[in-house]
Amino acid sequence: MSTVFTPFHATLGGLLIGFAAAMLMYFNGRIAGISGIFHAGFRPGAKIWQGLFLVGLVVGTALINNWLDLDYPIRSGFPLSVLITGGLLVGFGTRMGFGCTSGHGVCGISRRSKRSVFATLVFVITAIISTTISRHYFGVY
Amino acid sequence: MRQNTIALLSGIILGAGLALSGMTSPLKVLAFLDITGKWDASLVFVMLAAILVTMPSYHWILKRPSPVLAPRFYLPNMKHLDIRLLSGASIFGVGWGLAGYCPGPAVANLAINWKEAVPFLLAVITGGFIADYLLNRE
Repeated sequence: MSTVFTPFHATLGGLLIGFAAAMLMYFNGRIAGISGIFHAGFRPGAKIWQGLFLVGLVVGTALINNWLDLDYPIRSGFPLSVLITGGLLVGFGTRMGFGCTSGHGVCGISRRSKRSVFATLVFVITAIISTTISRHYFGVY
Repeated sequence: MRQNTIALLSGIILGAGLALSGMTSPLKVLAFLDITGKWDASLVFVMLAAILVTMPSYHWILKRPSPVLAPRFYLPNMKHLDIRLLSGASIFGVGWGLAGYCPGPAVANLAINWKEAVPFLLAVITGGFIADYLLNRE
């Protein structure tokens, strides 16, 4: 399954993501790390702001999808076993490694954290290997 | 109270950015990771554009004694690379590459493709608790 290269929308979306992260730091002093906020939301000591941030994420996505006529492909028929295995590894790995694409990849790199730069390099490399193997050796699409 | 409003607004803007960028589509994410297939470089533009805004903003913001609404900046204080960080990152990458979702787009997909988002997020929660159980035992 191939997709269309959309540099203009990608750049605009990226700028919004960056603005949201900057805003959360400027006002609240918090890193916009979604795995951290998500995991914390299910543990003792969860804060209201964490829940609101996650609700906002869903609302923002819904608004854009309703306002704009974006035709990004929606996947269907993807094997549930692969989806759940992926989810377990993402949950385990982000908890163990203290972050994901937003926390390490955007916020961590932006504050020039050596840990985040290396974490991002590592997870992009293992993700490329994982996708290549699952698509081309096991035919998972 | 005002911090909660900011968190909600920041979440909305971030969700809008994800949806606009196309990173909410696991097919686009996997098309970026599948470098030997028909490569879709969109994700590079998303990351670079986000960092283009966040890096100079952080540089300026973190010079302040404190954020506008909170008593201090809440930043990780670990500085050195360790096995836990790199193992965790590699495991996360494997899961991301399998399913095509990292946590942000997975949450955002509650508004687009909940049939994938719900089971994936339940698995993320479970994986997080398994990590807590295994890593806090020592």
